[in-house]
Amino acid sequence: MYNFDFVRPSTLAEAVIALAGDEAQPLAGGQTLLPSMKQRLNMPGTLVSLTGIADLKGVSGEAGASVTIGAATTHAQVAAEAGAFYPALADLAARIGDPAVRNRGTIGGSLANNDPSACYPAAVLASGATITTNKREIAADDFFDGMFATVLEEGEIITSVTFPIPQAAAYAKFLQPASRFALTGAFVARFEGGVRVAITGASEGGVFRWSDAESVLSNSFSGDALAGKLPAAEGMISDLHGSAAYRAHLCGVMTRRAVAAAG
Amino acid sequence: MSKVTITVNGREMSGEAEGRTLLVSFLREALGLTGTHVGCDTSQCGACVVHVDGKAVKSCTMLAMEAEGAEVTTVEGMADADGSLGVIQQAFQDHHGLQCGFCTPGMVMSTAALLKDNPTPSEAEIRAYLDGNICRCTGYHNIVRAVMAASGQDVSGLGVVAAE
Repeated sequence: MYNFDFVRPSTLAEAVIALAGDEAQPLAGGQTLLPSMKQRLNMPGTLVSLTGIADLKGVSGEAGASVTIGAATTHAQVAAEAGAFYPALADLAARIGDPAVRNRGTIGGSLANNDPSACYPAAVLASGATITTNKREIAADDFFDGMFATVLEEGEIITSVTFPIPQAAAYAKFLQPASRFALTGAFVARFEGGVRVAITGASEGGVFRWSDAESVLSNSFSGDALAGKLPAAEGMISDLHGSAAYRAHLCGVMTRRAVAAAG
Repeated sequence: MSKVTITVNGREMSGEAEGRTLLVSFLREALGLTGTHVGCDTSQCGACVVHVDGKAVKSCTMLAMEAEGAEVTTVEGMADADGSLGVIQQAFQDHHGLQCGFCTPGMVMSTAALLKDNPTPSEAEIRAYLDGNICRCTGYHNIVRAVMAASGQDVSGLGVVAAE
């Protein structure tokens, strides 16, 4: 990879200052950024590591109400500690990548990157989570802005993510075994006010809410109620791993599996 | 170039690194510890797994400078104090858990991480944990047997795929 300057601040304030520099970019767990830099798809002048900032790490919550995950918390730590508050979220984290990737990769890095096949965006969008940055709070519905794009501004750093706890929830992931991302994944969350369904891995626009399924499941929370329902194949990703029609089909299958798992 | 100091296998060691120097390159080239292998260099194969502060990580996907001050364990640290093979290494030899041996450093380090968290894993748990370690020789069966044996469990119930 091209060479760059490396800094590892220990406070958020220092990181913000470092990121104001020319061609500076934040580095979280690096499990996507470092491979893309090796391919020379990315060439920051300065990498600002966020892993030395203790305030950005940790899981805290209030049973039955909400759980807050620090942005630099690894998938392994979420898998180990979030289950007491939000089992479906811990289960999702435990199935990202492989064990060594989970020991480095972070929730903040995953959300800022917004890979169209990543797992976390589905949990954040289906749960109606709130993304907190050094500048503001952003609702999940406003955060994702298409494939690999978010509304984050230059120098804006995600500091934590707060999830409201649904009455029932589950994530069903159809694994793409080489990349270990979701070929298609569905996160279903049932709240008192209705059901939210977020789909990852399927759409060219990145993670999205499947509103037709939400209306059906809000009336009747059962897989049978979704029988025959599929989102439009138009706009779905089509590649060597699966056609657009196949991914649309998987949306139905994975959503029904998530409903069954949520119970 | 900057100086990076890490504690490797219980010994404090220093070397020079650029921003882009990967932890695996630092271990192999600056510190001369060539037991850790670079397989794919794309975070897929797991040949480069080492422990950083007790956690298994892919050292080809971590910068050397991020390890400043960390405790790192490599496959060189897995032998017993007298230089004889450690329990996991011996089990890989006993059960023919390697052929060419290229993936073995990563397999041994992932196994050590698994057994630390889960001292008596089931076959399914072993296979799930080694998901990020790829072996092109063995077909994995004998690696699973070696991990079972290293955890002190009976391997007679597993399908035998021995080199006889």
